Amino acid sequence: MAQQGGSSSSGGSRILSGGSINVSPMKPLASLKVLVVDDEPMIRTIHKAQLVRAGINDVEVAANGKDAVDLHVNGATFDLILMDLHMPIMDGCQATKKLRAMGVKSSIVGVTSSGGAEKTAFLASGLDDCVSKPFVLQQIAHYLKVPRSPTNPPKYHNP
Amino acid sequence: MDVLSQLRHQLADYTNSLHRDGFLDDQFSQLQQLQDESSPDFAMEVVSLFFEDCQKLVTNMARALELQAVDFKQVDSSVHQLKGSSSSVGAARIKNLCVAFKTCCDSQNRDGCMRCLQEVNRECVLLKNKLQTLFRLEQQIISAGGSIPM
Repeated sequence: MAQQGGSSSSGGSRILSGGSINVSPMKPLASLKVLVVDDEPMIRTIHKAQLVRAGINDVEVAANGKDAVDLHVNGATFDLILMDLHMPIMDGCQATKKLRAMGVKSSIVGVTSSGGAEKTAFLASGLDDCVSKPFVLQQIAHYLKVPRSPTNPPKYHNP
Repeated sequence: MDVLSQLRHQLADYTNSLHRDGFLDDQFSQLQQLQDESSPDFAMEVVSLFFEDCQKLVTNMARALELQAVDFKQVDSSVHQLKGSSSSVGAARIKNLCVAFKTCCDSQNRDGCMRCLQEVNRECVLLKNKLQTLFRLEQQIISAGGSIPM
């Protein structure tokens, strides 16, 4: 799935390489693990399909922030977490703060149609970035390209 | 023109009219592009989930607006959710209604909110019927031995 510019004949990476983004993952896309956290089944379905279509086979979903945190408490790790803001039981802000406090270094990208002060607070909770709903894959391509490592720490806003 | 070509022509015209009349935007096309052999009914499944969401949100908003003391924050929260869902499936007219609806919530305008809710309900029913027609056309093409261009 790794591509260096141009378009791909492989359907899986077509969406990521369809624009001007060159995808050169340090890890192959197929080996990335992504967690989609959103309380709406429809949104989880769409995001998962987008990621699978891009060639990411390991996509887990969680229906709220608490479930996302519990996955990590039980030992799960992810390369990228896509986090909704407004969710019951535990919202995206609280979940992100909790995950960072637990030492989770995964890229966490907020996905929300909120703006203004809400979005600022969400970013400050420990996100690497925040994109609008619905997102297009090019918006998160960077986080699929460059997984976190000790030499590539997260750029989140509240270290 | 054979039957299959006629059906394809009909589908293309119908789809274009939905975009032209503002019912759908490019996000719906993005959803259709996520369909493949392993999930041929993806768009239909997502749309079905969307209308389930719609129904729940409309019911919640109706209940909230019926109360003596309307909790406009709660109504606004439902509007926000509906805006997000409708954006995600490309339901452009419903998404745009949510903008006006939010303004009524912010100004705590109960009558305005009631009008917006009626509009949202009407648009949901309208869009549901139109998408059912679109999916029916797609099924007819498949039954006639054709495939849907992705």
